[in-house]
Amino acid sequence: MSVQASAVEPPRIALVGNPNCGKTALFNALTGSRQKVANYPGVTVERKTGHAVGPLGRRVQVIDLPGTYSLRARSPDEEVTRDVVLGRFAHEEGPDALVCVADATNLRLNLRLVVEMKRLGRPIILALNMMDAADKRGCRIDVAALSAMLGVPVVPTVAIRSGGVAGLLDEIERTVASVASSAEPCRWSEPSSRELRAYHQEVEAILARCVTDAGLPPLATQRVDTVLLHPVFGLFFLFAVLFLMFQAVFAWAAAPMELIDGAIGGLKDWVGTVLPDGALRSLLTDGIIAGVGSVVIFLPQILVLFFFILVLEATGYLARAAFLLDRLMGGVGLHGRAFIPLLSSFACAVPGVMAARTIENRADRLATIMIAPLMTCSARLPVYTLLIAAFVPDEPVLGGMVGLPGLVMFALYAAGILSALSVAFVLKRTVFRGAREPLLMELPAYRLPNPRDIALGLFERAKVFLARAGTTIFALMIVMWFLASFPGAPDGATEPAIHYSVAGMIGHALEPLLAPIGFPWQIAVALVPGIAAREVAVGVLGTIYALSGSGEALHASLAGVLAGSWSLPTARSLLAWYVFAPQCLATLSVVRRETNGWFWPAVMFAYMIALAYGAAFVAFRIASHLL
Amino acid sequence: MTVSSPPDGDLRLHQLSKGQPATVAGVDESAVVTTLPAGELERRMIEMGLVEGSRVVILHEGFPGRDPIAIRVNEHTLALRRAEARAVRVTPLA
Ligand SMILES: Nc1nc2c(ncn2[C@@H]2O[C@H](COP(=O)(O)OP(=O)(O)O)[C@@H](O)[C@H]2O)c(=O)[nH]1
Ligand SMILES: [Mg+2]
Repeated sequence: MSVQASAVEPPRIALVGNPNCGKTALFNALTGSRQKVANYPGVTVERKTGHAVGPLGRRVQVIDLPGTYSLRARSPDEEVTRDVVLGRFAHEEGPDALVCVADATNLRLNLRLVVEMKRLGRPIILALNMMDAADKRGCRIDVAALSAMLGVPVVPTVAIRSGGVAGLLDEIERTVASVASSAEPCRWSEPSSRELRAYHQEVEAILARCVTDAGLPPLATQRVDTVLLHPVFGLFFLFAVLFLMFQAVFAWAAAPMELIDGAIGGLKDWVGTVLPDGALRSLLTDGIIAGVGSVVIFLPQILVLFFFILVLEATGYLARAAFLLDRLMGGVGLHGRAFIPLLSSFACAVPGVMAARTIENRADRLATIMIAPLMTCSARLPVYTLLIAAFVPDEPVLGGMVGLPGLVMFALYAAGILSALSVAFVLKRTVFRGAREPLLMELPAYRLPNPRDIALGLFERAKVFLARAGTTIFALMIVMWFLASFPGAPDGATEPAIHYSVAGMIGHALEPLLAPIGFPWQIAVALVPGIAAREVAVGVLGTIYALSGSGEALHASLAGVLAGSWSLPTARSLLAWYVFAPQCLATLSVVRRETNGWFWPAVMFAYMIALAYGAAFVAFRIASHLL
Repeated sequence: MTVSSPPDGDLRLHQLSKGQPATVAGVDESAVVTTLPAGELERRMIEMGLVEGSRVVILHEGFPGRDPIAIRVNEHTLALRRAEARAVRVTPLA
């Protein structure tokens, strides 16, 4: 590659390696905060790129790829790794060089991948990462011999230490300068089991010659695991971690959420003072600011949740959680790995659905995606708290141990979890029948997470979430605002304006359908914009009952009005409805993206509506009968 | 490497007791019910280091039914279910 060409398009290198070998840490060390996340065209896996600058000032584009044990892809994540290194993407040439990352404390599986990658014919640099951990365990590796036997440059690195990747940057700069001369044709094809065995023998020969001392096994990890993987203590610890996490999601996020709420209110008021009353002001305040704000407000909860997930993942504990829960979740046919997506869904189903990518088997992945929205996400909370405040008396129950409102809240969460497990059970016995995907999961040695990597990971999550709120959700909110505002109220109107709008008409048309479950027209109308996002219904109810104010003031006055105008069976029916109803366009759109089509979101919508209607019907009838 | 039968019959990885070291004598996926295409489970196991000559020992057992199991394979630790561990023939070490 000439100097001119590289001034236009910097050379590109891709990081490839087993999961947990420190690729992300190395990527962060090479690129700092000069990174961005986008999607590969046509697939749903995120594409993380950044820029590194070599010691001679040369810019190099770095691509972080999902971890893999082989180029025979098994999950959508691994397909991306394969397609990138093979240069199969239509809009993107293959990388100019590959940096294979290997965990120096665990060379065997890592080197097997390197041996396979050599057949690609692209220049390779081997980064022997975690050299600090290898030294500590007394592991001795003859780097020069390794480089000679593999026929590629080998550079020891410590991704989490400052200056720990300097040697790698040198070598990258050297390699990309001579790329054109070293290009070879690709000789890779999917290896048979015989070829895989041959690769292993090649690796054994290399190890016998280059690893002069294998060092101690990770004794600390093994000792910790006798407790953390123990059938009793291990599960106890897991539930304690989960409890702490939930506690934190609600407790730590409360203050920043109030700040965001205040900022949104302030912004609305400010727009109200600078713009004259009219359609534009209403579009900005009631449509865009209120709508996007109703999503952005969940950012603190999502960040707290991801903080826990990132830390647990970096330490190596998440793989243990999947191990502990594999058999229990297997009772309903789910894979142990389904645990992480389902856990994320308690904050928001959108990251939950995206986290299902790590599940290799398509049927397992779809089953997990289909039940993720049944987990009680935080958008249901405003509605739950409103109805509980209005209809559940604050009485002590169970001998004064808990209050009735708390018990009802717990029951609503439990209803979500139990119904998700039941749906999974049915799905795995009907549409997704068949044996489960094998587990075969590495349990990495425990490592201390690196604050820089956690911070960059959180920053990336925040960017992805806000980008979605600023695009898809932004557009949906504008559409919803039009439906709820046009046509406007006629002169001398007696009802609130939404009554006369398209949303009002749809709501009134739905009224006979919703009458059997006890919903008055006000709920029917509120549910039309409430389809976009669950919590929006609260604001719409406020408008319908002609209340002013927002935030907590609205909540308190609305609870009083509802208590006076709805019957108890209606309130129960609406709570039951909210446990199941698929009122979230953001979730449906991410399911469409993740499954590449409208079929699965349509199935999800249909089954959740059916469950919601059935549950609300039963709740309404039983309550009417008893009271 | 030649794949020889273990002396004491056909012992499988899922039958090893916890802490009993062994070497892998072969991978035979015909003993396992799986949704995967033929040959796929064998290849995955080889890729995860379960290949003739590897040293294995069961370190931890899950719950309930002592399933799945965590095994040390040479220098790394692997979690798998007993149902699939059935595919791995082993020779116990003294
Ligand atoms: N001691 C040590 N830990 C490291 C090193 N590189 C990464 N880690 C840690 O290893 C864990 C996994 O790293 P990560 O980058 O997430 O691995 P990935 O799965 O390959 O992306 C994290 O806790 C890192 O902080 C290293 O060079 N030395
Ligand atoms: Mg990573």
